[in-house]
Amino acid sequence: MEHLLELQNIVVRFALRFGDLTAVDDVSFTLDRGDRMGLVGESGAGKSVTGFSIIGLISRPGYIASGRILFEGTDLAHLNEEALRNIRGNRISMIFQDPMMTLNPVLTIGTQMTETLQAHMDITDEEAAAMAVDRLRMVHIPSPEKRLNQYPHEFSGGMRQRIVIAIALLMDPALIIADEPTTALDVTIQAEILDLLLELCATGKTGLILITHDLAVVSQVTDKITVMYAGRIVEMGSTDTIIHDPRHPYTQGLINALPGSRHTGSRLNQIPGMMPNLLTIPPGCSFHPRCPFMMDICTKQAPRLKYYKEHERQISCFLMENQNKGSI
Amino acid sequence: MGTLARIRQSYILYSFVRDWVAITCFIVVCILILISFLSPFIAPHNPYESASINVMNAETPPMWMEGGSSEFILGTDSQGRDLFSTLLFGMRISIIIGCCAVILQAFLGVIIGLVSGYIGGRLDSFLMRMADVQLSFSTMMVAIFLGAIFQAAFGVAMYERFAVVLLVFIIGLAEWPQYARTVRASVLAEKQKEYVEAARVIGLNSARIMLRHILPNTLSPVLVISTVQVANAIMSEAALSFLGLGMPVTRPSLGSLINSGFEFIFSGSWWITLFPGIFLVLLILVINLLGDWLRDVLNPKLYKG
Amino acid sequence: MFAFTIRRIAQGILVMLIISFLCFTIQHAIGDPVRDIVGISVSAAEREALREKMGLNDPFLSQYIRFLGKAVRGDVGMSFFFKKPALEVILFKAPATLELVFVSSVIIIFISIPLGIYCAINPKHILSRIIMGMSIVGVSIPVFLTAIMLIYIFSVELHWLPSYGRGELVNIGGWKSGLFTISGIRHLILPSIALSSIMLPLFIRLIRSQMMEILETEYIKFAWAKGLHKRRIWFIHAFKNTLLPVITVGGVQLGTMIAFTILTETVFQWQGLGFLFIEAVERADTTLLVAYLMVVGVIFVVVNTIVDLIYGLVNPTVRIQGTR
Repeated sequence: MEHLLELQNIVVRFALRFGDLTAVDDVSFTLDRGDRMGLVGESGAGKSVTGFSIIGLISRPGYIASGRILFEGTDLAHLNEEALRNIRGNRISMIFQDPMMTLNPVLTIGTQMTETLQAHMDITDEEAAAMAVDRLRMVHIPSPEKRLNQYPHEFSGGMRQRIVIAIALLMDPALIIADEPTTALDVTIQAEILDLLLELCATGKTGLILITHDLAVVSQVTDKITVMYAGRIVEMGSTDTIIHDPRHPYTQGLINALPGSRHTGSRLNQIPGMMPNLLTIPPGCSFHPRCPFMMDICTKQAPRLKYYKEHERQISCFLMENQNKGSI
Repeated sequence: MGTLARIRQSYILYSFVRDWVAITCFIVVCILILISFLSPFIAPHNPYESASINVMNAETPPMWMEGGSSEFILGTDSQGRDLFSTLLFGMRISIIIGCCAVILQAFLGVIIGLVSGYIGGRLDSFLMRMADVQLSFSTMMVAIFLGAIFQAAFGVAMYERFAVVLLVFIIGLAEWPQYARTVRASVLAEKQKEYVEAARVIGLNSARIMLRHILPNTLSPVLVISTVQVANAIMSEAALSFLGLGMPVTRPSLGSLINSGFEFIFSGSWWITLFPGIFLVLLILVINLLGDWLRDVLNPKLYKG
Repeated sequence: MFAFTIRRIAQGILVMLIISFLCFTIQHAIGDPVRDIVGISVSAAEREALREKMGLNDPFLSQYIRFLGKAVRGDVGMSFFFKKPALEVILFKAPATLELVFVSSVIIIFISIPLGIYCAINPKHILSRIIMGMSIVGVSIPVFLTAIMLIYIFSVELHWLPSYGRGELVNIGGWKSGLFTISGIRHLILPSIALSSIMLPLFIRLIRSQMMEILETEYIKFAWAKGLHKRRIWFIHAFKNTLLPVITVGGVQLGTMIAFTILTETVFQWQGLGFLFIEAVERADTTLLVAYLMVVGVIFVVVNTIVDLIYGLVNPTVRIQGTR
């Protein structure tokens, strides 16, 4: 069966004065209808760039250097601007990080909703307004009719994120890409927004890519996890298996760093060191300077992402390739 | 600090060498400054020496035109002075006034900005309010007002005698807010930083912290502004002189030369206006371009508005 | 919004008080009201008597308060040269300047907005580079030089347009307008082009840099993600946000504009306020000079206050804490 979305060996580069910078290196994954996938990593790992590359919105000097992005059978990486525009906000919509910054401050909520509908459909203002009200109701905004004439600053942060989600839902998209949708929100509101996302994805046939650095969020919402480090995928599999039995040292580090994974009162486990910036990616496995299980080969050669049947997932690590070393 | 400065300087040099506009502008500025300051030696005539001036030569066109004389390369002005020589002397006056006025502005502005930003509170809001009001009147307007007031106060003869000093004073007084606001903004930014806190904890006094620690960090925006401000000051001086509130015709700057030529444009003597005009525009343009380039390279957070 | 309005008006009044104080100080220091009234052919004793009678020997502060009281009622003294109330002289000349400023503003708005937007949208395009290059040349040419060159080309050489004066005027309820006759409009063309020549590049650069900044914001990125047409993103989403800072700066730039009317009017002998001001300086007409300062001050304060209030109305998120 055809996948909803299939990324094949995507490489994203940023053209800078002193040469090109690789931000996303050979990333491939698939997503089926109704799948909810978490794209996890520290900031700068290339997860947002991957997300934006799908709808062709990488910011200025960035470009897709190679690879294919098959969405419902068409290759988005090589699509013309107008066709791509018609897919954005229509078949694929996005939810951004900071709801305070996402909505245009000088336009009413109603305008910002109906314009989206009218960019993709030939409908009257009244019909568009009716649809907007319907979506606002779906995200539990009280008395939505009155809300259409209000400006973003008249809403709280949580309400604004609901509105952003309502805008994302307007055209009944097949895929929603949510880039850190809860990071900028209070903890209590985070839970509400996550519940809402889960509710909306469960009812429809909508696929979800949840980009976040927060494993707790991912474990609540998604059924698949893709872990990225310095532009590459290091581990990919079902949420259940990865959260309970991480295999890649980096994923292990991430999970150990979660509060609650240790006894109360003990120190949180941090992964030592910092993720390299894209200018100074070390040779070999880019994680090796921080890896507690670093071997000689890791400094010389980059591991490849391979499927390991016994672990039910793909991992990119020499520890896995070299089974003799035993499990860790 | 030393290393940092060296890196920055080499970066400036690096971008400079790669940018032909910057190089061209720099060369042109150097040539203009050089020929204007060497004017007593290279100018074919001395426009200040009334004995050598003959009114019969007035309005002679440039040498390549009919009626022109090889004695006067760019023709003569309304009083029979060699235009090229007068122009060189005039440019020297314009540059001197422009630079001195900027030094005065920078001096006032940096001190006010430092004090205002460092001390803060009532004094800060008062000084900044004043800067606001003055800026909203526009610097050119304030300069014209000050010029008019001084002329009314001193009388025309006195004003013309001390025109250079007065112009420096007027333009300096009119444009300090630009500096004050920029310096204040960077002081506020620097004040947050730990090294200032540390200096205070050690027990250094305020003046020392301001001068030795904060001031050096505000210098790159000041440098950028200064370049553009020299162009502005030269422009202001020209405008004041054009309005008759500046240099007298006997010791003309570029602006007063243009003013004296204006009347004769209707009789077809365009050169008296055009040549000083070209030099004035060239001077301002290259300084502006250098300022633009410097701003792009140093990229300081300038006060917008 | 109400409290904001009140605060802004209070600030305006405060600024006006400071300006009036400065004006009075100037007048007190260099003016001679006695001469303004009786001329110079009167004996010293008579002048002294008149000084006493006019209260010119009173303490500085009480004179200032009297000056302020009169000024509020529209009396800022008699012009020495015109032998008329200074305010009357100014109001008589004001229409010429206002029309000039108006036409120039129209030129600036209608040219700078499209060009600024174009340069922001296509920053690397050769045409944008040319526009930006021209704009820095434009900033570097003094307005009086532009004016003289325009006169030389279009009046002296080509004889297409008149070089000075306002031409035929129409009297509309005391407002002598040149906007309704062919001759009046022909006379307006060169001065208004000269006056806009210096502000136009400034505004093109301002609009460009503001719009480029807006185009980098999250909400513009979201607008792209919604699949909107680019024209809608540029002209509705980005431009509406670009306008706000431009309005503020536009208000502030009015001061620069008035300064440049002095230069432009001098070149074109345009019978407006700027020309009047320079004449007053030449004639040492202190009262008129001070009156001009006061009127210009009022114009600035009123315009800046209105601009701030408009900003508050246009920007739905306005939550200004008294600072700019």
